[in-house]
Amino acid sequence: MANIPQKVVHQYLRHDKKFPHVWCAGCSNGIVLGAIIRALASMQLNRDDVVMVSGIGCSSRMPVYIDLNTLHTLHGRSIAYATGIKLHKPHMKVIVVTGDGDCTAIGGNHLIHAARRNIDLSVILINNNIYGMTGGQCSPTTPHDAIATTAPYGNIEPDFNICNLALGAGASFVARTTAFHVMEMQNYFQAAIEHPGFSLIEVISACPVIYGRLNKKGGAPQMMKEFRDNSIPITAVDKLPKEQVEGKIQRGILRQEIRPEFCQAYADLMAKVQSGGGK
Amino acid sequence: MLKKTTSKTTKAQSTKAAPAKKSKTVKQDSKIQELQSSRERKTIIMQGNEAVAYGALDAGVNFFAGYPITPSTEVAEILAAELPKRGGVFVQMEDEIASICAITGASLAGAKALTATSGPGFSLMQEGIGFAKITETPCVVVNVQRMGPSTGMPTSPAQGDIMQSRWGSHGDSPAIVLYPDSVKEAYELTIRAVNLSEKYRSCIVLLMDEVIGHMRESVRLPDMANVRVINRIKPTVPPHWYKHYDENQKYLSPLASFGDGYRFHVTGLTHDAHGFPTNKSGEAADMMERLRKKITYNIRDLVQIESHEMDDAKIAIFAAGITARAAKAAIAMARYEGIKVGLLRPLTIWPFPDDAVRKMLRDKDYVIVPELNQGQMIREIRRLTKDKSDSNVLGIQRVNGQLITPLDILRKIKEVC
Repeated sequence: MANIPQKVVHQYLRHDKKFPHVWCAGCSNGIVLGAIIRALASMQLNRDDVVMVSGIGCSSRMPVYIDLNTLHTLHGRSIAYATGIKLHKPHMKVIVVTGDGDCTAIGGNHLIHAARRNIDLSVILINNNIYGMTGGQCSPTTPHDAIATTAPYGNIEPDFNICNLALGAGASFVARTTAFHVMEMQNYFQAAIEHPGFSLIEVISACPVIYGRLNKKGGAPQMMKEFRDNSIPITAVDKLPKEQVEGKIQRGILRQEIRPEFCQAYADLMAKVQSGGGK
Repeated sequence: MLKKTTSKTTKAQSTKAAPAKKSKTVKQDSKIQELQSSRERKTIIMQGNEAVAYGALDAGVNFFAGYPITPSTEVAEILAAELPKRGGVFVQMEDEIASICAITGASLAGAKALTATSGPGFSLMQEGIGFAKITETPCVVVNVQRMGPSTGMPTSPAQGDIMQSRWGSHGDSPAIVLYPDSVKEAYELTIRAVNLSEKYRSCIVLLMDEVIGHMRESVRLPDMANVRVINRIKPTVPPHWYKHYDENQKYLSPLASFGDGYRFHVTGLTHDAHGFPTNKSGEAADMMERLRKKITYNIRDLVQIESHEMDDAKIAIFAAGITARAAKAAIAMARYEGIKVGLLRPLTIWPFPDDAVRKMLRDKDYVIVPELNQGQMIREIRRLTKDKSDSNVLGIQRVNGQLITPLDILRKIKEVC
């Protein structure tokens, strides 16, 4: 990890073209974008070899602002498009930026299958617990009892634990952090991009304008304070008494293991078939 | 095989527009060339779906993503065996939506990409097809039609997706759809579909009949030297000059790939010429016009129609795919009895061959439109033959899983003469 000067961050933005951005004041998406850029800059990757793919939603508007190969796709389908790119050009680094609704509701099928295949995609899932772009509808991660425009009496459904979902589906790198923990986020992004296999980083983020307002969370600073005070490192979970763990956001790397990567497995298959192998 | 001794094929309404200039053969490494040349190019018995798979390979397709579905699965099965041998990618995705998305992504990274599906899968792909069209990304969708709606009769033929292949995706979008009538033509039109996708930067649909997909006929594939392959035009300008949707006079623009150093943006939102989203009505109108004119300015290159025994005919049959095969048999029987009947058969069903239909049906007393649906093509024919009353434009429609036979058509011919 390196401290990246602000000037470098600017060099990664398409600021002559698409600014000001669409995000509301207090939104965490810009913080995540900054962390992605600092992770890329500290890795000194050739930008021509990096693709950012997104679906539909607030977070998925990110690719237009960053000077990489960028693809803004259909709602929920970013991982499927990314799979095509990665398989055809396995040397490219493919980063998927998605949201809770985009990735776990409409795109849930692609998430679990990409995780199962262990294809080398880095999925950055910005979880703001609501559909922001369409104005505050209930998402699969809207907490039980929380208010949304389509749950005006409180959400009666249980919410997804996204990291557990990814772990269950077989992702080989899974981490969770919050928009408050910027350096941690940057480190996780770098580790995920370097990881040879499917990685998912869930970033718990603040939507003060819609989710915060509907649920009386205060403004952006209050929500950030909540991320600071109401989260614990995963390493501390075992050491703390149960009552201090309950209801807390658990931050940390939940899994980091090496298992056969899909593009590599396909390359091995090709080599075998071409040398007269096969079954 | 299938020499059209009695028929006259009017290619593209005018053969001049044939895409000869930009074509060049695919560059392949020596190992793949060896595999290509070792394939025996003698007359063999082949299924329509096999012909599609080999057509795709000969056209240079190096990426296939698909999901199993009857009656198109053989295409995936063959490519699963063949693509790894040739350095291409085969991947079985989690559903048809993922399949169309994966081929579009691969194409943006530079692949020649194709998928094959059938009715229900084709319905699922519609949003992705619209995305490929608005982002002008080359790809090919093979739809081996089965009887619908819904799950319908998976192993029975129907021609019910003619309108869906034109209007299936929401919003106005161009459609280039090809329709073969034989195993040989399935091979040829697959190559043509891939070529057109590269040339026109669009999602091209190959509509097949279930019976053509599964029927076996003797076919002699051409030697690779005789296969004309078109590759997308690559930009030659420096990256900061590159426009992802540049225009030339024919609305055909160069296409960079991810990883080429151009770092462009692609979005399904209405976009400007650089690919960035826009809400400006002028730029939105420009984008929509470019999509439309890409078809209308190149209609001579796109439209192919076969005219069979039409010169002296008083009665014309307009039919596509397997139904046109039945019509040819009916015409032979009718002509044996002295009834003058001819056939007009679209190889390109969208854009619809308006000019040819208008011109060639003008002097006919009756037009018969047999089709395996409840009346889709006949709407277009009635639109183009306003001079004839409805009783002079007759349909034969069947949707029960059975084909329209030559005798069915002959009976209709005798009704009107």
